[in-house]
Amino acid sequence: MNDMADGHKPGKNGGERAIHPGKGRRNALLHPKGRVLAEAEIASVKKLIGEGPYERALLIEYLHLIQDAERCLPAGHLHALAELMRIPMAEVYEVATFYAHFDVVGDGEAKPPKITIRVCDSLSCMMAGSEALLLALEKEKMADVRVLRAPCLGSCATAPAAEVGHHHVDHASVAKIKGLVETHETDAHIPEFQKMYAYKAAGGYRVLRECLDGVRSVDSVIAALSDGGLRGLGGAGFPTGRKWGLVRQAKGPRLMAVNGDEGEPGTFKDRHYLETRPHAFLEGMLIAAWAVEATDVFIYMRDEYPAVHEILLYELPKLAEAGLTNHTKVHIRRGAGAYICGEESAMIESIEGKRGLPRHRPPYVAQVGIFNQPTLVNNVETLYWIPDILEKGPEWFAAQGKNGAKGLRSYSVSGRVAKPGVVLTAAGTTAAELIALCGGMAKGHSFKGYLPGGASGGILPANMADIPLDFGQLEKHGCFVGSHAVVILSDKDNMKDVALNLMRFFEDESCGQCTPCRNGTEKAVKLMSQPVWDKQLLADLGQVMRDASICGLGQAASNPLTSAIKFFPEDLA
Amino acid sequence: MTDKITFELDGKMVEAGADETIWQVAQRQGTTIPHLCYHPAPGYRPDGNCRACMVEVEGERVLAASCQRKAAPGMKVKTASERAKKSREMVFELLVADQPAKEDCHDPKSKFWNWVEAMGVATTSRYPAAAKPEMDISHQAISVNLDACINCGLCVRACREVQSNDVIGMAMRGHHSKVVFDFDVDMGNSTCVACGECVQACPTGALMESALLDKATQKRVAFETKSVDTVCPYCGVGCQTTVHVANDKVLYVDGRDGPANNNRLCVKGRFGFDYIHHEDRLTKPLIRREGVAKSGTMQLAREDISKVFREATWEEALSFAASGLKKITDRDGGDALAGFGSAKGSNEEAYLFQKLIRQGFHTNNVDHCTRLCHASSVAALMEGLNSGAVSAPFTAAKDSDCIIVIGARPAENHPVAATYLKAAAKRGAKLIVMDPRGQNQGIARYASHVLNFKPGRDVALLNAMLNVIVEEGLSDVQYIQAHTEGYEALKTKVKGFTPEKMEAVCGIKADTIREVARIYARSERSIIFWGMGVSQHVHGTDNSRCLIALALVTGQIGRPGTGLHPLRGQNNVQGASDAGLIPMVFPDYRSVEDPAVRGEFEALWGTKLPPKRGLTVVEIMHAIHNNEIKGCYIMGENPAMSDPDVTHARAALAHLEHLVVQDIFLTETAWHADVVLPSSAHAEKLGTFSNTNRQVQIGRPVVNPPGDARQDWLLIQELAQRVGLNWNYAHVSEVFNEMASVMPSLAHFTWDRVEREESVTYPADSDDHPGNEIIFVNSFPTSSGRAKIVPADLVPPDELPDSEYPLVLTTGRLLEHWHTGSMTRRASKLDALEPEAIVGLNPRDMERAGIVAGEFVTVTTRRGALTLKARSDRDVSAGMVFIPFAFAEAPANVLTNPQLDPMGKIPEFKFCACKVEKAKVREAAE
Repeated sequence: MNDMADGHKPGKNGGERAIHPGKGRRNALLHPKGRVLAEAEIASVKKLIGEGPYERALLIEYLHLIQDAERCLPAGHLHALAELMRIPMAEVYEVATFYAHFDVVGDGEAKPPKITIRVCDSLSCMMAGSEALLLALEKEKMADVRVLRAPCLGSCATAPAAEVGHHHVDHASVAKIKGLVETHETDAHIPEFQKMYAYKAAGGYRVLRECLDGVRSVDSVIAALSDGGLRGLGGAGFPTGRKWGLVRQAKGPRLMAVNGDEGEPGTFKDRHYLETRPHAFLEGMLIAAWAVEATDVFIYMRDEYPAVHEILLYELPKLAEAGLTNHTKVHIRRGAGAYICGEESAMIESIEGKRGLPRHRPPYVAQVGIFNQPTLVNNVETLYWIPDILEKGPEWFAAQGKNGAKGLRSYSVSGRVAKPGVVLTAAGTTAAELIALCGGMAKGHSFKGYLPGGASGGILPANMADIPLDFGQLEKHGCFVGSHAVVILSDKDNMKDVALNLMRFFEDESCGQCTPCRNGTEKAVKLMSQPVWDKQLLADLGQVMRDASICGLGQAASNPLTSAIKFFPEDLA
Repeated sequence: MTDKITFELDGKMVEAGADETIWQVAQRQGTTIPHLCYHPAPGYRPDGNCRACMVEVEGERVLAASCQRKAAPGMKVKTASERAKKSREMVFELLVADQPAKEDCHDPKSKFWNWVEAMGVATTSRYPAAAKPEMDISHQAISVNLDACINCGLCVRACREVQSNDVIGMAMRGHHSKVVFDFDVDMGNSTCVACGECVQACPTGALMESALLDKATQKRVAFETKSVDTVCPYCGVGCQTTVHVANDKVLYVDGRDGPANNNRLCVKGRFGFDYIHHEDRLTKPLIRREGVAKSGTMQLAREDISKVFREATWEEALSFAASGLKKITDRDGGDALAGFGSAKGSNEEAYLFQKLIRQGFHTNNVDHCTRLCHASSVAALMEGLNSGAVSAPFTAAKDSDCIIVIGARPAENHPVAATYLKAAAKRGAKLIVMDPRGQNQGIARYASHVLNFKPGRDVALLNAMLNVIVEEGLSDVQYIQAHTEGYEALKTKVKGFTPEKMEAVCGIKADTIREVARIYARSERSIIFWGMGVSQHVHGTDNSRCLIALALVTGQIGRPGTGLHPLRGQNNVQGASDAGLIPMVFPDYRSVEDPAVRGEFEALWGTKLPPKRGLTVVEIMHAIHNNEIKGCYIMGENPAMSDPDVTHARAALAHLEHLVVQDIFLTETAWHADVVLPSSAHAEKLGTFSNTNRQVQIGRPVVNPPGDARQDWLLIQELAQRVGLNWNYAHVSEVFNEMASVMPSLAHFTWDRVEREESVTYPADSDDHPGNEIIFVNSFPTSSGRAKIVPADLVPPDELPDSEYPLVLTTGRLLEHWHTGSMTRRASKLDALEPEAIVGLNPRDMERAGIVAGEFVTVTTRRGALTLKARSDRDVSAGMVFIPFAFAEAPANVLTNPQLDPMGKIPEFKFCACKVEKAKVREAAE
């Protein structure tokens, strides 16, 4: 008993040792729970994003401001941003880590190197040797440079494509890239494009004026689009006139979004128009906003097109000066590297500053869109044609099609053709005709098959090259034309490699929301990397992905796999 | 309900509400469609991401998630088509592929494995597995094993949408997407407040109570053999719980769908249960050894208990306890005795306790810790409205447009109530937080306005708001005329309190005062919540008077979404007060000084009752020092920790001739006892408890008391019988029914009803109608039916800072510790989360004083000094010092000022002058 009294040592509080009922661990937190926010961190973020008030929907824009200034998103900045915006740290973090173009850097971690080189490893670029380029670049071990794989940069006609900082490199080679690194040419290169004055001089914005001045009625405009047969050229092919009508039926205030997230591998037609005749698109956009009485227009432009951003930032103020935007407010939203944001509801989430998770349908975005308001979503090219259709009349446009299709189409043709590029021709043109329009097959290649609609549209064999490439024509073969991205494949291409490349793309770009797509793409890549494909397992996988995925990405991700099994069994042996 | 639609479900025409989902209709029709990410419980929206609930809708290209898809007229749905079934099974197979093997899984009882079994899906998968993430067992109470995670996002919804604690996110994307805490730090290093909502929601065992798992293998080793529906023992929110038990030990606790919690719990309620199994539990009656002297400064270590006390039989202990008390009353009269009941005990215990003191000892010296909590609030409410209860439940916030929270920190002290306030703010209600300390860790993120006013200057701020309302014509003249009296006096009084004048006094800009006053007055529905920050002042009653005046002059009371709600701190402080555990009143706040009332109780209890109100807690301590009170019976209270100036209070306890302590632990109070009666913990007893919302709920025994420990109500009865009272209650229900019969507020209440309905709100208008959540709808229970507006004057805090003591000390609670820590510090998880005494200091003040976080500092006031560890906390305003009063090794109340509010008799815990210095000798070496 005596030694027990030893517990009573003179204590600090005047008496004996202070007794308490706890275990006596002395590891109390020195601060409140969680990361300690420094005042300096708040100050540096305020310097970048201003003093507020801050808008929740601008989170991604704020993240861009930080990333642009710091080359990354340091944890301290993210913490300060969460504090200033009064949103959970986790909410900032999940958005920041969703998008490929943000580099979150934790406490104590190193910043990324000064220069980031992105090499496209999507199909057309893979076929043009991007893997060898990646390897060669890694071997160079350039100081303060990192080399990343990137999904389609929209330069499929000049594959392999790369980006040094924001500088796009066509027909990329180690030498070209090293040269740019050495001279620090990392800014976007702005191509020659038709300026506002030139567009106006050619009669541009006359149709918009007529609309705004009441010369044209909304009904007549919608009727013209319907009669002309204009359909959504982002890939879904929904009749544009009907869509406008549906949006107009929904109770306002209404909003509009432009889907400029042209991410479908093999697709580069939107970029083409934006970098050559941006005002035709802008006029179409302003006519659409007028027609649905959108209070605000959000142009969602993918971050892979820095030159387009520059062009828009340069040209938009001119529209305001010319009094052409009094009927609506135009906002530019910058994507951050996520293919899924080309899916319209995912894009809307991204416009709201969130992760790009597709929404469930119904309700459709025409009823419940941005900020839960009825929203018109149109693709860039769709809008691009509107001034012409209204100017020249619906009959002119409708008459352009063939094989039962209406209108003009811009096919992005890449792969094994002699002269890849955007082919503007009749809707309903066949693959065989497109090859001919592109100068025939590339030297030394013989036609084996083709992707009719980018990565998700499936793969067809050469003996099926006479199908009109239009909406609704390919579905019976398990394919679709989508954004009209036609990738021509040759005898040098193994369909197993092609399908695996496409599945890897979907695996990387799946948003991760639903099980069939998140786990399905991952399992599919594993199975397709095997020397021999287990067709039963892949067929079951394809089925559940098609039937049970939330959005088109997951539903279509198995198309190339299914096509390969169906049309190219010899490649799988 | 009006817009019914019909559609075809599995070949049968069925009816559905306009907003019903296919899953809900199928469930109603008797088909439970498999589901993982869908949690059919309040607050959880369907997310439709797991795709386990896919059904086929005729004519649609792809399947639909039944949890999320609304039924539509004419729809033809097949829940069991081959295609749908195949799809669901494939979803499970894909998920199984990445799960730990069934035999090694974390929780074989998880919803996931239950569905695998129910669907007859294989427990192995044909598909290759993904890489396995590492386990995270950094948190004291929750194990994170993301190898079982299916990315269903229920934890994210639990954390962010249901509880609004905002820690969990779903980061990255695709198959890299993962559950993260804050910036993907270990859970134990995150801002997690361990409410455990994620654990309760997780369908796979990826998030689990670590206590159920083997630490090395992370396999579940503990399985319940029974589950009991009861209520939480901690704060006044009154969460309903289901307690899971095996071998007479509590394994874990789930929230239940009670009216005050909708399945939610906080860290205390969910993880703070094992104090009842602590080695310190008293299992035998103890009697003080002869010749062991009492001393107010004594400290009694666990291992030295037998030096001070010896074990006794129940008969000896009870006789000794009773005879000691009786000797004093026989010799010196009843007023030489005092009783402290407990707000932790049941209504029945509170009723019996006060009855024993009054009927058996003929004194009104009976009180409990309400005196230290909301005595001043109740005093003001009684004076103004003649009712001490809340006018509306905290859940009324869902209907409010404006919510003022003043002097309360609900995220720490009423965490589940806080979730409703945050939800209301998210819905768009203006949330105005007034507190000298910041609430960045709490509800401030959701606040439209945060007013960090100067401590102790509540009246200046509130009178300035009243000035704005009166002067700008924002008062509700019709309401004032119809329902109040005293408005003119208020008008005159607040004339001088312009915001411009008060700005310097309370530290809030005049414009801000005007703005919040306008928002409060102009909002369609405004409600006020307050806590100890309002009540624990020498001007506590005045503070409450101002709040009452705000509600009355604007008519913001008596309607949904409006009202006055003092947030009660203890599980039954409302019930104990209602039951008459107060020196001035009999049950139901009926004055002991009213001859008619007294006559009623004299007739009922068959004895003369003292005509004079008794002494209050702090007054009793003074009376002991003055040799006026010589004996005490203390049940479940710990004044040696909770009283202000505890050095003085402990000296008083030591000075007693005879002290009977009835408790579950040998508390700091019990150290000074002559006899200690081991009793029952909350989880061991049957009884009713009244929460802050006036909801009377039933607590049920889940385990047996340890050793020879006995039920409290039986011990009170034993003592009563031994002092000559003819008590023969056979069951607590008899006590409840007697109590209800003498309390008009409990009209239409019977034990059977409470047991049957689990929760009944008083007052109730009939036996079969739910009670009234909102009161004062048409009038007030005053003689005139009108509420009295009582103007308040500026009274400064009793002890202002000066050159010697330049800082302001304020005390309160931490999230993990409750009251004096006697329970929570013995709860292993809570103790592990907050293990030692800390003092919260402002970071800039620390920098100026050269104090580094983690260093020991000495805090000194005119009453004493404490040495404790410094915590840097930007929520502590410059010039302030915060010490939680739960730590026995550094009892904050050594420092506090015992000066009382003249009317509420509540001490000024929230304000006294202090100084902080670096400790001269570091204690850490000990």
